[in-house]
Amino acid sequence: MKGSPLTDRNSKSSDKTTINVTDGTLIPLKDEGSLLTSWNIAFFGAVLLLILLPILSPDPYLRILSFVPDGLIATFSVTLVSIFFALLIGLFAGLGRISQKLFVNRIATVYVEVIRGIPLLVQLFYIYYALGPLLKLKGPAAAILAMSICYGAYMAEIFRAGMQAIPRGQMEAALALGMSRSMAMRRIIIPQTIRIILPPIGNEFIALLKDSSLVSILAVSDLLRRGREYASTSFRYFESYTVIALIYLVMTLFFSRLVAMMEERLRHRGKVH
Amino acid sequence: MEKYIEIVDAIKTFGSVQALRGVNLTVKKGEVVLIIGPSGSGKSTLLRSVNRLERLNSGRILIDGESVTDPNSDIRHIREEVGMVFQSFNLFPHLSVLDNITLAPISVLKKHKDDAIEIAKTLLTKVGLSDKEKAWPEQLSGGQQQRVAIARALAMNPKVMLFDEPTSALDPEMIKEVLDVMTELAREGMTMLVVSHEMGFARAAAHRIIFMDAGQIIEEAPPETFFTSPREERTRTFLQHIL
Repeated sequence: MKGSPLTDRNSKSSDKTTINVTDGTLIPLKDEGSLLTSWNIAFFGAVLLLILLPILSPDPYLRILSFVPDGLIATFSVTLVSIFFALLIGLFAGLGRISQKLFVNRIATVYVEVIRGIPLLVQLFYIYYALGPLLKLKGPAAAILAMSICYGAYMAEIFRAGMQAIPRGQMEAALALGMSRSMAMRRIIIPQTIRIILPPIGNEFIALLKDSSLVSILAVSDLLRRGREYASTSFRYFESYTVIALIYLVMTLFFSRLVAMMEERLRHRGKVH
Repeated sequence: MEKYIEIVDAIKTFGSVQALRGVNLTVKKGEVVLIIGPSGSGKSTLLRSVNRLERLNSGRILIDGESVTDPNSDIRHIREEVGMVFQSFNLFPHLSVLDNITLAPISVLKKHKDDAIEIAKTLLTKVGLSDKEKAWPEQLSGGQQQRVAIARALAMNPKVMLFDEPTSALDPEMIKEVLDVMTELAREGMTMLVVSHEMGFARAAAHRIIFMDAGQIIEEAPPETFFTSPREERTRTFLQHIL
């Protein structure tokens, strides 16, 4: 499940029974010391293939590689804009999930439950085709809207779990000092939450980067669609999709390493200062 | 002496549990009152009601004439003048020691940053931690954290201080350093309401001891009378257990 490392926090006391599975991608562990870590093999293997294949066989690999960069830009734009709005939606929906106001709480919870219960692909179809006549959105806009709404729900759960992981005494201490609830949220609770939730958010980013390939069905010329375009005109299906797969792999592995490094730094924060 | 804290018929229930069953208590200005009693007797609930971290079901609490329990009262303003120290310190782990102390004076009292820092440094010296202003809470021992927490509360220049079992989470060798700070505070004339079983502190600094059981005040007396000749059987039984 997305965000599970946080929701499982109750089992932390019995570390042996905790499983740590993310749907982002493999998070390299630091204690895997050698050069032949699974991450190194996968990442440098993929990079090597992306360099060697065009050299050894420029047709079609070099052609494919020069055909897809537009798609890369589209993939990143959709991912970055979507993650931005997903974070925004997630923050407010997450606050709603822990709100003591019943009405707000219900709305946020229903949103999270409904959205998480519908596959992203169906949501993309729904917003682009079903609501198309109503919203009149172009492909990229519909893609961003659908991805933001979908990932916002998962982000909401990360924010909720993160905020609930902060001991209650923190809020009480802030209130006892005369702070308002919202000031305590801004100055005490949310800054601590961000530290906890950065790694799972990094994971969501990677998951979203991968899921952004789904938007190729909405006439968005992302990486996958560019590959498909090349394949369907050249009939080089194997080569085209091999390159696309390798590019996705290099990107996700690269970001997973970044997330892992960030996690490592956060763990040591406070001690280094 | 004038009445400073007035608690009238305080009743509080948690579900089916009656935490406070009609408590009446008056604390005068400059008075140090120690509340003791078995766990679940309602002493922490009573303390936490004074700055409305718990809301009473019925009854009234006044601080310096201002109602804490009236839903329309400006509770934030009242809390500015009521310092609180918790069992688990509750320092803000993402802020340095200095920032822990200056945050509320700057953001709540709108003090100038330099003034807040100056006050914080004076207070850190007072609690014996002048060398720790740049440290992070997790780098400090429990006793040091609790002393920072006291400094943080004092930085608001409160008229009364609430202590909720301030030494219960501490290793024995650290208890004294915290009690010394509290004793010093009592000597300076701070009005204090303390939930604690530290009998040494009771003898050294408390003006009055309140014994609570099952949500009620069973007995109250000055320390010497309380320890030597308690009137109630329940008090005697309890004292036998802790002394």
